[in-house]
Amino acid sequence: MSRDNALVSADWAEKNLGAAGIVFVEVDEDTSAYDAGHIPGAVKIDWKKDLQDPVRRDFVNKQQFEALLSAKGISNDDLVVLYGGNNNWFAAYAYWYFKLYGHEKVRLLDGGRKKWELDNRPLTTEVPTRPATNYVASDPDLSIRAFRDEVVASIGSKNLVDVRSPDEYAGRLLAPAHLPQEVAQRPGHIPTAINVPWSKAANEDGTFKSDEELRALYAEAGLDGSKPTIAYCRIGERSSHTWFVLRELLGYQDVKNYDGSWTEYGSLVGVPVVLGDQPGSA
Amino acid sequence: MSASTTSPATGLAPTADASCGAPAQGLPLPPSVDLTKETVISGVVTAGDQPVSGAYVRLLDATGEFAAEVVTSAAGQFRFFAAPGTWTLRALSRAGTGDAQVTADRGITEVTLALAAS
Repeated sequence: MSRDNALVSADWAEKNLGAAGIVFVEVDEDTSAYDAGHIPGAVKIDWKKDLQDPVRRDFVNKQQFEALLSAKGISNDDLVVLYGGNNNWFAAYAYWYFKLYGHEKVRLLDGGRKKWELDNRPLTTEVPTRPATNYVASDPDLSIRAFRDEVVASIGSKNLVDVRSPDEYAGRLLAPAHLPQEVAQRPGHIPTAINVPWSKAANEDGTFKSDEELRALYAEAGLDGSKPTIAYCRIGERSSHTWFVLRELLGYQDVKNYDGSWTEYGSLVGVPVVLGDQPGSA
Repeated sequence: MSASTTSPATGLAPTADASCGAPAQGLPLPPSVDLTKETVISGVVTAGDQPVSGAYVRLLDATGEFAAEVVTSAAGQFRFFAAPGTWTLRALSRAGTGDAQVTADRGITEVTLALAAS
């Protein structure tokens, strides 16, 4: 993979608004931003209602994904351009889903909603109508999704990358600092995980740093490019952002996102946990 | 949606699938927030004494590393749940940029973040 077939710039996007075969999709947990104004022609996907199973803790299955994309009027051969607020976290999560279910042409809009707004580019409240399609998804590609048993077995052997803030990694905070801190999990991180906050991969306006800067970032943090890598955060969306950087921008071969992340790991009985700023030992 | 896992009355979701997305700003503190335990940093972004809505406000830790980011409410409000210590607030908006240092302890620390044209 490389930047050219994973990412589009805001300039490119603005020039291609309304182009045939290109579908812009805004993805967020709170879709009120879409309702107040979105990129012209963009449809919305609600991360919680559309992408999560309403009962079990899991995301939508193949049939549910097919139904969602068919209803949104997205075809298998469309080029899908994803963007959103929260520094593209949920858009990156959706990108990971689209890859998991085998969609070929999918891109992330560099800088997401934030750069688009800061650049004063056009927004509209007009909701597009797209005729329904008959979308066919592939079976989930589990080579990009990690489950808890693999994570526990990877301690001390694979790269584990904790992309939360340093205070969450060390156990001083239990959640990102825009949320109340009282939660049920134990604080800390998975032994041997390095801490490379997702935010180090992005500029202040939400765009990704250059490939050179990104390679240097992970090399300095101790990521061994010859080993498989598993990224995690608290629920798996910030780590989708880092998964995107490592696999889609930098081209590392074996990179998985652990969407169970700390809300699962920190609740497991009997697993090792490390407190403080050091990775700890296996 | 009857199967929704979030209570419309309280906005509270089960911990296991509570998301990391930034919530809408400008709402009252949820009743579950215990101010003897939480360190709340909140305030308003202004430009020339007027509140600025839609500004991106990030909280940086003592090393300058990103901790969180929210978008200000219609009345320019933002709120973070941090820990006691020294933090930096940084705002980006079409109206300009601004920075403020804050030393916070448990309870609520109020900050006004004034923008200068960039």
